Amino acid sequence: MSSTPTIGVLALQGDVREHLAALAAADAAAVPVRRPEELAGVDGLVIPGGESTTISKLAALFGLAEPLRAAIRDGLPVYGTCAGLIMLADKILDPRSGQETFGGIDMIVRRNAFGRQNESFEAFVDVRGVAGGPVEGVFIRAPWVESVGARAEVLAEYDGHIVAVRQGQVMATSFHPELTGDHRVHELFVHTVRTGS
Amino acid sequence: MSTTPSTATPETGTARVKRGMAEQLKGGVIMDVVTPEQAKIAEDAGAVAVMALERVPADIRKDGGVARMSDPDMIEGIINAVSIPVMAKSRIGHFVEAQVLQALGVDYIDESEVLTPADEVNHSDKWAFTTPFVCGATNLGEALRRIAEGAAMIRSKGEAGTGNVVEAVRHLRQIKGEISRLRGLDNNELYAAAKELRAPYELVKEVAELGKLPVVLFSAGGVATPADAALMRQLGAEGVFVGSGIFKSGDPAKRAAAIVRATTFFDDPKVIADSSRNLGEAMVGINCDVLPESERYANRGW
Repeated sequence: MSSTPTIGVLALQGDVREHLAALAAADAAAVPVRRPEELAGVDGLVIPGGESTTISKLAALFGLAEPLRAAIRDGLPVYGTCAGLIMLADKILDPRSGQETFGGIDMIVRRNAFGRQNESFEAFVDVRGVAGGPVEGVFIRAPWVESVGARAEVLAEYDGHIVAVRQGQVMATSFHPELTGDHRVHELFVHTVRTGS
Repeated sequence: MSTTPSTATPETGTARVKRGMAEQLKGGVIMDVVTPEQAKIAEDAGAVAVMALERVPADIRKDGGVARMSDPDMIEGIINAVSIPVMAKSRIGHFVEAQVLQALGVDYIDESEVLTPADEVNHSDKWAFTTPFVCGATNLGEALRRIAEGAAMIRSKGEAGTGNVVEAVRHLRQIKGEISRLRGLDNNELYAAAKELRAPYELVKEVAELGKLPVVLFSAGGVATPADAALMRQLGAEGVFVGSGIFKSGDPAKRAAAIVRATTFFDDPKVIADSSRNLGEAMVGINCDVLPESERYANRGW
């Protein structure tokens, strides 16, 4: 892998621009991905925050869901935030009808688990693998991870709930590092893409 | 678990949480709905949020009279029907309606010119709420005054309930054009620009540096077709509100899904063409040049 990996941001809906900026700041070449042929050209992929039902429907409609599932199975590094975490779960506790995830992490996720917008909050979170102190976690109608299987590793908890997970080269957070200007979580992901670990 | 539990006290209602919520809606379509059934159709079509209200703007226009906040039972019915965010409208300056909407747990409050204004001088102090606000604007000064009052998202106003995109285009072009002009000014000129815009200098300076508003900018008011939605996106809107255009059309489910597709693939004419096929009747539109001044909602707000 070259020292500057090309990392896509799934650009169907959500805070794509913030992830593109965070990846660029973490020394990756960041590109939006909306089509299967664009997916084929990236070394890693970020699934942004947004509405998971919308992202799920649009991915299926435009033929991205199957290629992406296959790419994750074949080892494509992927990082998901919030809605992206939901899309990377092998199982959703309370899916909307027809809502299908891409999978990749052996975990069960509860959508909007921290509540509605009035309960959305900021708090500091220690993330395993991120040096230099806790990161600012911005939780917006955020999901949490109800439980993880043996293959998944918990990277962070908040208030007794799992909020960051990784399984091999796939990682996910309930919160939004892309909204904070602190790029350490993105740097961790870029490192994963670059080194394969 | 082997990780260290995190301990700091959580903070709710911060500007970052409010504005960040709108960032999650980008690239999406927010649809007006009047019943839980419509809300489900909107969610199934891929809407990123719904606006719960008793009458869509086209009916408010037709019925006349005073338009107010919707019945709490009706709003709760919609909140319970879907898992996507639910927005609801308060009258301009009616901060008690906004308090009620916050108490009901809506995810975003639209302080909206579509309802009859309650105060012809002041808008609500939106910093006083945990629930974030979206407000309409016809130009940059208006947008920045709303942001100064605490709005966490702006939508260009357009002319709601007309099915005519001409005013939406006018207002979005106005806002984007004024932002471009600010970019070309030097520091000395920004003070006079702030005075002309009737907006706080700090916000004017921030916009001049960023080249965009400090909050998400959607478009609203008159979008009726997939091509309308894509037009607003190509003109620089980060997403669209569709009011009467969906549920006043012949086949709402199909039209809703088509507008969602065209909003995501706004720069791909083939997708927009496919999305525009066989949608049935669009809503009957109103030509804005025959609307008397008193019936122009965009004039409401100060």
